[in-house]
Amino acid sequence: MKTLVWVEHDNASVKDATLSTVTAAAKLGEVHLLVVGQGAQAAADAAAQIAGVAKVHLADGAAYANNLAENVAPLIAQLMGDHDAFLAPATTNGKNIAPRVAALLDVMQISDILSVEGEKTFTRPIYAGNAIATVESSDAKLVITVRGTAFEKAASTGGSAAVEAISGTGDAGLSSFVGAELAKNERPELTSAKIIVSGGRALKDADTFQATIFPLADKLHAAVGASRAAVDAGFAPNDYQVGQTGKIVAPEIYIAVGISGAIQHLAGMKDSKTIIAINKDEDAPIFQVADIGLVGDLFTIVPELTSKL
Amino acid sequence: MKILVPVKRVIDYNVKPRVKADGTGVDLSNVKMSMNPFDEIAVEEAIRLKEAGKAEEIIAVSVGPAKAQETLRTALAMGADRAILVESETEVEPLAVAKILKGIVEAENPGLVILGKQAIDDDSNQTGQMLAALLGRPQGTFASKVEIEGDSVSVTREVDGGLETVKLSLPAIVTTDLRLNEPRYASLPNIMKAKKKPLDTKSAADYGVDTAPRLKTLKVTEPAVRSAGIKVPDVDTLVAKLKDMGIAN
Ligand SMILES: Cc1cc2nc3c(=O)[nH]c(=O)nc-3n(C[C@H](O)[C@H](O)[C@H](O)COP(=O)(O)OP(=O)(O)OC[C@H]3O[C@@H](n4cnc5c(N)ncnc54)[C@H](O)[C@@H]3O)c2cc1C
Ligand SMILES: Cc1cc2nc3c(=O)[nH]c(=O)nc-3n(C[C@H](O)[C@H](O)[C@H](O)COP(=O)(O)OP(=O)(O)OC[C@H]3O[C@@H](n4cnc5c(N)ncnc54)[C@H](O)[C@@H]3O)c2cc1C
Repeated sequence: MKTLVWVEHDNASVKDATLSTVTAAAKLGEVHLLVVGQGAQAAADAAAQIAGVAKVHLADGAAYANNLAENVAPLIAQLMGDHDAFLAPATTNGKNIAPRVAALLDVMQISDILSVEGEKTFTRPIYAGNAIATVESSDAKLVITVRGTAFEKAASTGGSAAVEAISGTGDAGLSSFVGAELAKNERPELTSAKIIVSGGRALKDADTFQATIFPLADKLHAAVGASRAAVDAGFAPNDYQVGQTGKIVAPEIYIAVGISGAIQHLAGMKDSKTIIAINKDEDAPIFQVADIGLVGDLFTIVPELTSKL
Repeated sequence: MKILVPVKRVIDYNVKPRVKADGTGVDLSNVKMSMNPFDEIAVEEAIRLKEAGKAEEIIAVSVGPAKAQETLRTALAMGADRAILVESETEVEPLAVAKILKGIVEAENPGLVILGKQAIDDDSNQTGQMLAALLGRPQGTFASKVEIEGDSVSVTREVDGGLETVKLSLPAIVTTDLRLNEPRYASLPNIMKAKKKPLDTKSAADYGVDTAPRLKTLKVTEPAVRSAGIKVPDVDTLVAKLKDMGIAN
């Protein structure tokens, strides 16, 4: 089987979730990568070094500067004439593009796979991860998004694939990019961090959130996450949200501070290796999944913990 | 301008889903069902656009069993004008739902279709993007802000690094994220009025769509359960544990 993986990049390097996607693709067959962008040669060169990659296709042009699905999906659909499976990481960009490709190919997409069980058989979470479905596709081609935390990352070096420039399908003329407000963040990225400290509604307001959670995170070189309640209330930006409808994370250590443990939150973090919960309510559901729990007032516990580390 | 809002009947978000003992799916008998929360947000957004004078009519549509009428009545009680139920007693996959919606769009010509970004049962996050592809229209997914400006719509999207804004020419497809708005509750008088609003019943065949599934569910299992660990009495014990794990000095 010949697979095509859409590469998420920042024009210089390849994002981690793509490396996990390559691992999933390699279980199906030969791995080809597609780098789309404007001025993306360096990213394509980096992609060519990923271990196990047979070929890199590079489509460079103004229409591809901002990953607009209207422009990228037709290009992928065209390339799928020569490939059997298309895979994208289940990031917001991947989730935006892949279903558009699937519909163009008249294929039912398999979202957010956790494992490859056979040529056409995969597992995926449903109901916020409260059930795992094993599904088999009957389509001639496969369109798949891959949950990054479920697959090891392919080595980013060791490969020496050829980069082939391809001509694009141009601007569909349906949409344009206006701008982005990306959160500046010196901390590790949530989805690849080894340690995450997350805060919930108990943190009161944005200032208290920062004054309480950030020093602990800094001590541990951890990324910062949040519950939906904390994000909705404006304590933290939207891209901090962990959960069914936010980011899916699986760090070595997840520290939940003042988070009750609603199923939608657990859906995003319950595959963490070690879960530590700090909550004043000893019956909070978070303790049912926590490896280590500490019952008490976070406003005394967290500063004390920070100072003793 | 008309706005089409697809709404799905799903397990209520407060219910903890249980996998059936025979591994064929999730047990939905005697379980509370509600409108998919993202679709409530979609209905609310459509109503706000109508209240702002940007839209004249809101059509809610659901693909599902006869009981999905209740979900449509909820949409009507919130403020949709009329409803279409595309009845199907078997599960319909996102690709087929998108094809049915395409048929409805071609018949009704809405300027906007506002869908939820994902349904909380199957978590596919596909239908809106597929509909946009089938119609050859632009898509503004995971929207946290929607502004109509003449013959285009500006959509602010929740993306991995923060927020991103795109401009789409109308007609367009939008999918909602959590922070787009807070849906209203239907008042009792509006619930009564909703009973009299028109609700048409159709079938997938009316739109020439074959709903035979492409994916076969071989089995559904419980995820590995995490068992509760230990509770430590104080911060010092926690620090000691962290040191054991090699993450504190
Ligand atoms: C469609 C849908 C999607 C959703 N998606 C997500 C999602 O992706 N992610 C997500 O997180 N949620 C999601 N939710 C929301 C989820 O249901 C919960 O409402 C949310 O997770 C609650 O956040 P919380 O735990 O911070 O707040 P709460 O449930 O209010 O919990 C606060 C906790 O803090 C504790 N506390 C209070 N004061 C102190 C103190 N001084 N010291 C110590 N502990 C204290 C309390 O005991 C309590 O347990 C979703 C909901 C819906 C309907
Ligand atoms: C053999 C088999 C068994 C299955 N068993 C189950 C099962 O037990 N439980 C289950 O939930 N699913 C089951 N499915 C999947 C189901 O048929 C659909 O594929 C799935 O529910 C749709 O995905 P989604 O709603 O998550 O789509 P999404 O793409 O996440 O939905 C996004 C948005 O699209 C719109 N939308 C989606 N569906 C509809 C609809 N029907 N009517 C109106 N608007 C809609 C809504 O606005 C929604 O917010 C099964 C499928 C097969 C083939």
